[in-house]
Amino acid sequence: MDGYYAFMLVATALVLMMTVPALALFYGGMSRSKSVLNMMMMSFSAAAIVGILYVAVGWSMGFGGDGTFFANPFELFWLDGVTTDSYIFVMFQMTFAIITVALISGAVEGRMKFAAWLAFVPVWALVVYFPLAHMVFSCTDDSLICGRIGAQDYAGGTAVHINAGVAGLVLAIMVGKRLGFGKEPMRPHNLTLTMLGAGMLWLGWYGFNVGSIVFGGTTDEENLAQFYAETGRTFANTTLATFAAILAWLLVERLLHGKATSLGAASGIVAGLVAITPAAGAVDIEGAVAIGAISGAICAWAVGLKFKLGYDDSLDVVGVHLVGGIVGTVLIGLFSTADGAGGVDGLFYGGGFGSLGDQTLGALVAIVYSGVLTAVIALAIKFTIGLRIDDEAEVEGIDGAAHGESAYDLHTSLSSGKGSAFGSSLAAPSPSKSEGASA
Amino acid sequence: MKLVTAVIKPHKWEDVREALETFGVTGMTVSEVSGYGRQKGHTEVYRGAEYDIALVPKIRIEIVVEDDDAEDVLGIIVKTAQTGRIGDGKVWLSPVESVVRVRTGDRDAAAI
Repeated sequence: MDGYYAFMLVATALVLMMTVPALALFYGGMSRSKSVLNMMMMSFSAAAIVGILYVAVGWSMGFGGDGTFFANPFELFWLDGVTTDSYIFVMFQMTFAIITVALISGAVEGRMKFAAWLAFVPVWALVVYFPLAHMVFSCTDDSLICGRIGAQDYAGGTAVHINAGVAGLVLAIMVGKRLGFGKEPMRPHNLTLTMLGAGMLWLGWYGFNVGSIVFGGTTDEENLAQFYAETGRTFANTTLATFAAILAWLLVERLLHGKATSLGAASGIVAGLVAITPAAGAVDIEGAVAIGAISGAICAWAVGLKFKLGYDDSLDVVGVHLVGGIVGTVLIGLFSTADGAGGVDGLFYGGGFGSLGDQTLGALVAIVYSGVLTAVIALAIKFTIGLRIDDEAEVEGIDGAAHGESAYDLHTSLSSGKGSAFGSSLAAPSPSKSEGASA
Repeated sequence: MKLVTAVIKPHKWEDVREALETFGVTGMTVSEVSGYGRQKGHTEVYRGAEYDIALVPKIRIEIVVEDDDAEDVLGIIVKTAQTGRIGDGKVWLSPVESVVRVRTGDRDAAAI
């Protein structure tokens, strides 16, 4: 199984790349030019905070033993008792925790206090993500979603996407709408960044889905055979669902709004990847194409809901991750095949309604758990630190207010500021000074 | 002397420049500007959200010419920039009191 370990090193680096920088680019390009740096910083800061917290207690809460909601946080505290040849599995799971938290940031573009985000990130990871990861990925008899309910989730349709999507919805409502939402145009400021980010997310997703294999054999030979059979399936499913989702999104867009857009293609990529995440091991390639196409079409329609219902989920965490996550998780109940990773037939393959019920219940548990606890955390921050920057800072741009920077300096010949921070050493030899002296 | 200011469609800029050069105009100032007239911008759709984009990109050309050339230059710009569709732009003339070439200090006609 040497190949498997080498593969996990690559897969883990790929999933880390999904947050830093792929998600930051994807979201950053959709932001306005005055808030792109803050948007990217939300991803970068989430990676640093969640990464350390995961090693401290996250791994232990997830995989440190039995428990319905989570395992003992102190059983494997700071990886106590974990041998270094298992570290790569810790790191792999850590990258999942990181991207789940970072995904939420898209809901609150350009208006959330950076301090409030830095407070939200570790508390949310501790209270919401680590337990849900245990319920889904640590498949002991006790764990709620995998063990007790028996819902299939190959790589995180519930724990990652439904979870982040619900949290994004709650946070967007708590933080409130951007000033001018629904009245002023809020165009993505750089769709080339978004296209690049979407492509990099796709690449990283192979680590995410294919790396999520869990072995069931008792000998190395059995596991190796499973490795060959299953990674090919999950790789193909991940790819085909994404292709189908791109086409479906573009088609719906063309029919509803007249043009097939680049943002639609980038969004379709993510919608397809989200939906195939829980189903990557459960379905055959026809099922993958169907799930991708259904998710692409439904998400393309769902991103319009925020205008009808009046919440400002700015970059569509709900429309893509919550909706796509639900689509993928529930459709396993229809398209699952018994020769897949879950070993159950779905409704369309003669398995009856059993799987469909389990999948729906698993999704509901994730929605309720994440929704309630995210609301509690957001309220606690609202009445202590405060969630939102003041109106003037928001209009001028959060990049300046929160970080003291601007993303772009396109008119260098006109920006005549002096580099006072560098003192006289930089200012002295400048041409304007010497000309002034000779005049 | 006259200042000719033209605001035209960006895709017509290269034609206008060539025509002016053929006529003998030796220099001009060009800027990328945005604005709107009677056509009132356009709409763009992002993830289903339709936005009215009020400002349309245009090219602004500024040329200082001698009085005798002013009508010719204006005519050339109008002829080459015209598509007959809405949003073709405007050209206007304004009087210029004096011009100095910064490098030499030459004034007026010698500075053009």
